[in-house]
Amino acid sequence: MSNNIVLKKGLDIPVSGCAELVVSKSMQPSVVAVQPDGIKGLLPRLLVKEGDRVLCGSPVIADKKNPEILLTAPASGTVKEIVRGEKRKLLAVLIEVDDCQEYVQFDTSDVKTALMQSGLWSLLVQRPYGVLADPALTPKGIFISAFSTAPLAADTEFTLGGEVQNIQKGIDALATLAPVHVSLDGSRKDSAFCRLTGCTLHTFKGKHPAGNVGVQISHISPIMKGETVWTVSLAGLAIIGRLFATGRLNMRRKVAVGGPAAICPSYVEALPGTPMKNFIAFWGNTEDELRIISGDVLSGIPVGKDGYLGRDTDQVTIIREGYDKELLGWIRPIRFRQFSTDHSYFSWLMPWRKYDMDTNLHGGPRPFLMNDGYYAKVLPMDIYPVYLTKACLAGEIDKMEKFGIYEVLPEDLATCEFVDPSKIYIQDIIAKGIDLMLKEMA
Amino acid sequence: MNKIFEKGGKLYWLHSTVDAFETFLHVPGTVTLKGSHVRDAIDLKRLLILVVIAAAPAALFGMWNVGYQHGLAMGQTGVHILEYFWFGFLRVLPLYLVSYIVGLGIEFASSQIRGEEVSEGYLVSGFFIPLIVPVDIPLWMLALAVAFAVIFGKEVFGGTGMNIWNPALLTRAFLFFSYPNYMSGSECWIAFKKGETAVADAFTGATPLALDGATAQYGTGFWDLFIGTVPGSVGETSVIAILLGAILLLWTGIASWKIMCGSIAGALLVGWLGNLAGLTDIPFYMQLLYGGFAFGTVFMATDPVTSCQTECGKWIFGVLVGMLCITVRLVNPGYAEGMMLAILFCNTVAPLIDHCVVSVHINRRERKFKAA
Repeated sequence: MSNNIVLKKGLDIPVSGCAELVVSKSMQPSVVAVQPDGIKGLLPRLLVKEGDRVLCGSPVIADKKNPEILLTAPASGTVKEIVRGEKRKLLAVLIEVDDCQEYVQFDTSDVKTALMQSGLWSLLVQRPYGVLADPALTPKGIFISAFSTAPLAADTEFTLGGEVQNIQKGIDALATLAPVHVSLDGSRKDSAFCRLTGCTLHTFKGKHPAGNVGVQISHISPIMKGETVWTVSLAGLAIIGRLFATGRLNMRRKVAVGGPAAICPSYVEALPGTPMKNFIAFWGNTEDELRIISGDVLSGIPVGKDGYLGRDTDQVTIIREGYDKELLGWIRPIRFRQFSTDHSYFSWLMPWRKYDMDTNLHGGPRPFLMNDGYYAKVLPMDIYPVYLTKACLAGEIDKMEKFGIYEVLPEDLATCEFVDPSKIYIQDIIAKGIDLMLKEMA
Repeated sequence: MNKIFEKGGKLYWLHSTVDAFETFLHVPGTVTLKGSHVRDAIDLKRLLILVVIAAAPAALFGMWNVGYQHGLAMGQTGVHILEYFWFGFLRVLPLYLVSYIVGLGIEFASSQIRGEEVSEGYLVSGFFIPLIVPVDIPLWMLALAVAFAVIFGKEVFGGTGMNIWNPALLTRAFLFFSYPNYMSGSECWIAFKKGETAVADAFTGATPLALDGATAQYGTGFWDLFIGTVPGSVGETSVIAILLGAILLLWTGIASWKIMCGSIAGALLVGWLGNLAGLTDIPFYMQLLYGGFAFGTVFMATDPVTSCQTECGKWIFGVLVGMLCITVRLVNPGYAEGMMLAILFCNTVAPLIDHCVVSVHINRRERKFKAA
């Protein structure tokens, strides 16, 4: 199969507020959070109590099923608070950070053990279903996307271009577990990651979601029933590389802060679990209601001003809540401020334009009315999106299998959800379908 | 929304109706709750109003033509274009009133029962129905047919987006089978005032298709049919007005070009075979201009809900519609028009076509996986 793949389908969503390529701030938060929530398949068991001292890399949470898989403290300090939600669900462990950092020194002779002890195993995502990787399995490959096409995504050449050596170390380590495949941005000839060795390099060219690892896998080596693959983000790979280079855990990463409501969008250096309060300079004292998203506008998690930066994200997006009503909006011939892929608007005349998008749904929820082709034109996979979504709605395992549930995670169908005139929550339906598969296949 | 219309409020039973009017006036201030935080500005209201705009030239021409055909039958000459239009407008308006009042009434009521927002689907169906019936149809018949189509064609399946058959065509089919005397022949296509009869010498109001090229008072040449100055259902006669709508539908991507092209190709093929076999004298390309073929191809067959879902299926669906329509015209001596039944039949088999296409796709995927 060719290693240079061009994808014609897809959609780049022109949101304004792209981060300028400068690091405006290096965050030194007084508190960081370790959050087990969001890691599918992890049953958290708490290993610390309030007042305990932890070093950078000390275990904080273990998995009940695989007690060797740990989540560790990203910084040294004292456990300040254990945050629990409904039914005492563990939401976060807050650690008050020391001024002077102390590190746990890891033995990196065995790759699996080092990854699990350092807490970095949790960066490995297993497909199908997007769950925490099972160390007992041998995947058919480990796939890494070296670029992102998501709206306002961090430019990996800027954030990680200087860490090629660490990334190489990460690849060398992971290559002992399974063959590694790295997908590069085909539109950049001068990519810093072209020099990587010990892995199979592929290039992908196309609109979003061409940078999604799921889309890339489906073109490199589609996942069949009974097969597993692992994926890891490029930033995660760099962190793994740092571990094997120094024996220490260093989870700092460059995070792109952007979005239409962000003031001076730029990059910051931060730890996962940094409180959003530290980002306050990016929205200032505006009176608008804002949505603070850890991740991108399509699939990110709304964490709010009191939330924390996600565990494996290098992007924060700030957008306005779209509570405004628009008089006769749907029938106006021209709505200059709105973006639409549909030709009944005139966005197609100005392909260069970026839009101040907000969270308005722009309509009411309806049943599926447009047919499959309307959605398939923004999904570069060999899948019928409407059929898959309807199979998930109906909960028919057999059909879900046939229509390709093994190959997708909700984020891969995000563009379909974006263009949907029926305003259906497609990603949520796919996520529920995956949960059902996990339950039935367990 | 006012509190009394919310759940637990006194007038909760009216909430769908209030909501429908509210969202008609403005795009609501609802925000995304999960998944994608931003959304495309397109919604179903806009998509469907575009279909109505696309059908507007056919409707306006149809109104003028109703007046024109009446003038022709009455032997009038030198009448102003607006006078013809006004006559037609007054005759078509009641059809619209009946279509929308009955159809939307049922739609609002059933949305209320289901507790959902009122869907915009009937906006389009209601606009099409008066265009595909004879202008002289008694209003009570139309009301009955609309009620049948909306209740048994749509609401019992779960409303807009769930229906198997095109509701507008179902209305026509109901009328056709229940009251055939009012749906064919040479009387129903011309609007007469009470007590009026044709005064023009030996005037026949039968459609060109029924006459099969026989002489009539109006021309049946290419341009007459293309412009649409012939008797027929209100909106179906003018190919040029329909083409204007087709351009809009294709440009906005609401209607599938594959279905339209497939239908035309299928019709030309069977028309040509008919010529070869000597079944008809009508040149095969003229088949595209006669009767409801153009209207059906552009507005009815391309309905995204009742046509095929898959891209390959759309080709098959289109070709099948075109072939069936002309086949009915050629081999059925009793009934000259085949478009309505061709589309309804293809609506019925569309899920089957999709099933076959999807099965092939699944098999191909499995083979590909095995090879990988």
